[in-house]
Amino acid sequence: MLTGLTLTQAREGLAARKFSARELAKAHLDAIARLNPKLNAYITVIPEADVLAAADAADARYAAGTARPMEGLPVGVKDLFCTKGVKTTAASKILANFVPPYESTVTARLLDAGSVFVGKTNLDEFAMGSANITSAFGSVLNPWQRKGEETVALVPGGSSGGSAAAVAAGLALAATGTDTGGSIRQPAAFCGIVGLKPTYGRCSRWGTIAYASSLDQAGPMTRTVADAGLMLEAMAGFDEKDSTCSNRPVPAFAQAVGKSVKGLRVGIPAEYRAPGLSPEISAMWEQGIAWLREAGCEIVDVSLPHTKYGLATYYIIAPAECSSNLARYDGIRFGERKDAATLDGVYELTRAEGFGEEVRNRILMGTYVLSAGYYDAYYLKAQKVRTLIKRDFVQAFEQVDVLLTPTAPSAAFAQGENMADPVQMYLNDIFTVPASMAGVPALSVPVGLDAKGLPLGLQIIGRHFDEETVLSVGGALEAAAGFAHTPTLHAEAGA
Amino acid sequence: MSLDLATTRRIAKLARIGLADAELETVRQKLDGILGWFNQLSEVDVEGVPPMVGTEMEALRQREDVVTDGNCQAAVLSNAPEKSGPFYAVPKVVE
Repeated sequence: MLTGLTLTQAREGLAARKFSARELAKAHLDAIARLNPKLNAYITVIPEADVLAAADAADARYAAGTARPMEGLPVGVKDLFCTKGVKTTAASKILANFVPPYESTVTARLLDAGSVFVGKTNLDEFAMGSANITSAFGSVLNPWQRKGEETVALVPGGSSGGSAAAVAAGLALAATGTDTGGSIRQPAAFCGIVGLKPTYGRCSRWGTIAYASSLDQAGPMTRTVADAGLMLEAMAGFDEKDSTCSNRPVPAFAQAVGKSVKGLRVGIPAEYRAPGLSPEISAMWEQGIAWLREAGCEIVDVSLPHTKYGLATYYIIAPAECSSNLARYDGIRFGERKDAATLDGVYELTRAEGFGEEVRNRILMGTYVLSAGYYDAYYLKAQKVRTLIKRDFVQAFEQVDVLLTPTAPSAAFAQGENMADPVQMYLNDIFTVPASMAGVPALSVPVGLDAKGLPLGLQIIGRHFDEETVLSVGGALEAAAGFAHTPTLHAEAGA
Repeated sequence: MSLDLATTRRIAKLARIGLADAELETVRQKLDGILGWFNQLSEVDVEGVPPMVGTEMEALRQREDVVTDGNCQAAVLSNAPEKSGPFYAVPKVVE
């Protein structure tokens, strides 16, 4: 039963000495040994001796009365966060053997709060993807299955697909994710868990392998909204090493959950009623509106007129920043190198063979939109449209406290679906990208199952640095929905 | 505007990604499709709208100009694909 707990329950159980951190860690390592060969949620599992040593240290702190907020809690870490002495690949061949000599700020904070890391979770290569099918170390399997179509392999969403699958299947109590255009929220929705993308600047980006620096933001992936608050408290905070990291104080996020939402104004953006939205998603959205109305919220129709340009803007800005960020992988100072007669030859061969197709295409697209003659037409234009998208949110938040939307336009799809046309794949992020462009916080909460038994999520978007209201409304939605389903592939299922 | 093969080759060169001629055409088609999709932005009026750089939530900070790191040569070189003493080694670049 230890692998089915929430962070909050596990923390209480440890404090009451109902079980030890060693037992908790061992239960997770056993579950990983049993299920990871099938799910491929972890690229690297931390050696048992190291995990148990960390757990023993946590047990000693509980005995001494010096336990910290995340003491002894088994956590998965997306393999995009540099972890000192533990291989960090970004799911790319080019970093297949990279062992960072330093610890990212976010993971250092989680360790300082007492977390026990069990492994590095799989992702789309360099966090570029929405299905976790671009990893150089193989696709991740969604632990959920369609009723009546149990043999169809479903994607967990992406890019934080390994983190989402691990938390859903009982291979970690919680995991870190990163979100650039939806990479925490969409996989959380596909796997029936909670995912929070904080305000841009809330968590330090230092030591997190960069994709698109003006958008990348780390956040928690958990089983409950309260857990997301607890974990964000440990992850967030000022860091001198990231010039975009905010020095605002970190509130007690977990305490925001359970607070009354009576009188809060919830906006429903008209533009998110996209043509072709599945009737089941629409119905779930209506249900969410009804729940919040019953909880005492006032529902207000709002407009975010530039929503439809969000995706195209994102797919100019993110690849542009990616082409610049990924220039560092040249085979000289770290990473894989392919030998050639000239230095340029080394670069070209190393990068052609080290990057997968999606990453290569995004670098090329970014190089194009930044190149002389095209910069104004594409990149500068996209930056201006981004201003308009952000203004839409700022204006909407003059009328309302939060926005409620679906997280994704569909439930988890099958491996092989949406693959032929890149634009079709990009549409997965249609509801998540605008909040990323604006830099505002957004939370996905699982609220129900579709007719095939797959989880669906709703998204709550809030004002800059107002994660607390987002968490309060998320808590109200979670309480009303009472989502208590677990996937077919789960550490505690039959086995 | 549609993307031609010469431009695709130039972009690949700028990005230092070595692509064989056969791959170039596949890449050209993929990128051309996405560029066509970008054209929807031409209908947005951005007259007088400033470009958004970052998310503009935090002002840039300054700090004392002092050394905060260093003396970690072994760590810096620990992932080098090829090294020679305390240096990275690369193919000869000067004839």
